[in-house]
Amino acid sequence: MARKYEGTIEKILQLSALAAILVVFLISLFILIEGYPVIAKYGLGHFLLGGQWYPLDGLFGIMPMIIGSFIVTFGALLLGVPFGIGCAIFLAEFAPMWMTKVLRPGIELLAGIPSVVYGFFGLVVLVPLIMDTFGGRGFSVLAASVVLAIMILPTVINISEDAIRAVPREYKEGSFALGATHWQTVKMVILPTAQSGIVASIVLGMGRAIGETMAVIMVAGNVTAIPGSFLDPVRTLTANIALEMGYAAGDHMSALFATGIVLFVIIMFLNFLITLVPKRVIDQ
Amino acid sequence: MRKSVVWEERLVKGFLWFSVLATLGTLIIILGHIFQHGLSLISLEFLLDSPRKMGREGGIFPSIIGTLYLIAVALIIAAPVGIFAAIYLTEYTRKGRIVRAIRYSVETLAGIPSIVFGLFGFAFFVIFLGFSWSILSGGLTLAAMVLPTIIRTSEEAIKSVPTIYREGSLALGATKWQTIYKIVLPSALPGIVTGIILSIGRAVGETAAVLLSAGSSLNLPTSVMDPARSLAVHLFILTSEGISFKMGYATATVLIIMILIINLAANFIMRRMSTTRAI
Repeated sequence: MARKYEGTIEKILQLSALAAILVVFLISLFILIEGYPVIAKYGLGHFLLGGQWYPLDGLFGIMPMIIGSFIVTFGALLLGVPFGIGCAIFLAEFAPMWMTKVLRPGIELLAGIPSVVYGFFGLVVLVPLIMDTFGGRGFSVLAASVVLAIMILPTVINISEDAIRAVPREYKEGSFALGATHWQTVKMVILPTAQSGIVASIVLGMGRAIGETMAVIMVAGNVTAIPGSFLDPVRTLTANIALEMGYAAGDHMSALFATGIVLFVIIMFLNFLITLVPKRVIDQ
Repeated sequence: MRKSVVWEERLVKGFLWFSVLATLGTLIIILGHIFQHGLSLISLEFLLDSPRKMGREGGIFPSIIGTLYLIAVALIIAAPVGIFAAIYLTEYTRKGRIVRAIRYSVETLAGIPSIVFGLFGFAFFVIFLGFSWSILSGGLTLAAMVLPTIIRTSEEAIKSVPTIYREGSLALGATKWQTIYKIVLPSALPGIVTGIILSIGRAVGETAAVLLSAGSSLNLPTSVMDPARSLAVHLFILTSEGISFKMGYATATVLIIMILIINLAANFIMRRMSTTRAI
């Protein structure tokens, strides 16, 4: 009888669901095990606050990379978020039907293009363009920020648009009935109501920018010094790991895993921030 | 209406149109640039030939096979586990501490940067389990990466199956699992398949994690224990080491065409699902 197997099947399903927890646990465990030795040996202060990264001389300071990651991400948000929110407002409120039909597959494609392809495009188009326009070598904070800005657009657009669409019709109708124009309604009623979702989209975009590796490596120049201007080269945390994993050993490899721990903690913190954003203000 | 209001309205609309056109323009410039330099290089010979001189000449056949192999391993693991997990989360329990922990883990997995997955794949599969740089290590790492996508899309698909379907089946005397297997899953199938297709897209484009777990060998892989260089990794090595931009354009074109096909397939299935559901 089929009934006999019901219990077994439920157990199998439950185990599959628990796999998600197991994977997160294993990832945390193995990165900690591999990264901890170098932190224990040299101290957390040396590692996090040190300004010098010379693995062969036992200097493992990742401060320049932490700053690099945040500068590049900040630049990406500065360039990408206004356009992203603009597109989201347009799609949810103003877009004519034909425009939505063009725009939506376009955004899906933008989200699907592999990061190496963005990096390659940055390398062959953006870097020479920056070199010709502003001087320098082109491999720079600016190049990395522009590439990342393009890459976070789909995240910001999709989540902001959902948030704007979730605003109840009555709010909009009420505002129209009071004689407000469409934009006044968007500005005074819709955007404030959708605020928490829009903030969440920015935080998620930030997570994507901090975590991006290949596209950044190809255009950022990867010098381990704190950049003085947006035309200076920069190395991010992710780039630090990917560039040196190929040949690292011993303390050096452990330091790369420790870089991974820092990255992991930053992402967990961002995830935690998103849980603080109230899910739906409207329900209250 | 006051003049300032009219002007503000015009200015804002101008900016909104500008953001949209800038976004589409960027996409068109990127695709146009890569296709312009790459399309003419694509030939059957390029697709079916082995690379020579580090990839400066020849084709990308081993990388195509390697990519397909990696996707296959990732899906064989992640698809059943992800779909089962989604069934459990939607049909069996929706509340409780364990469910919350599972959901939080899924969120976390979705946010972890690919390079961290790469570190994990290297430490766990390559070294600890002794699989070395291989399709198996790379595929398992990719499975962990796409698991949240499969769980979330399957959950959405299962949730959208109307409750009446389940009630009808249960009323006929079917057990819970029979109902799920015979009624719920077939109705949710298009949504689940869409999730799997999207996962394939992610696996095709992934570079950092694959580089650290599957290696970058240019040889044609013949078993899952062989190392492999996926198309994305191949493009990265060709261009970042300055081996050949020409071959880089050709490889990038192949990658973009693959993503185009994947997106079209996902959209096609989604559209069919929404029309059948409307009846």
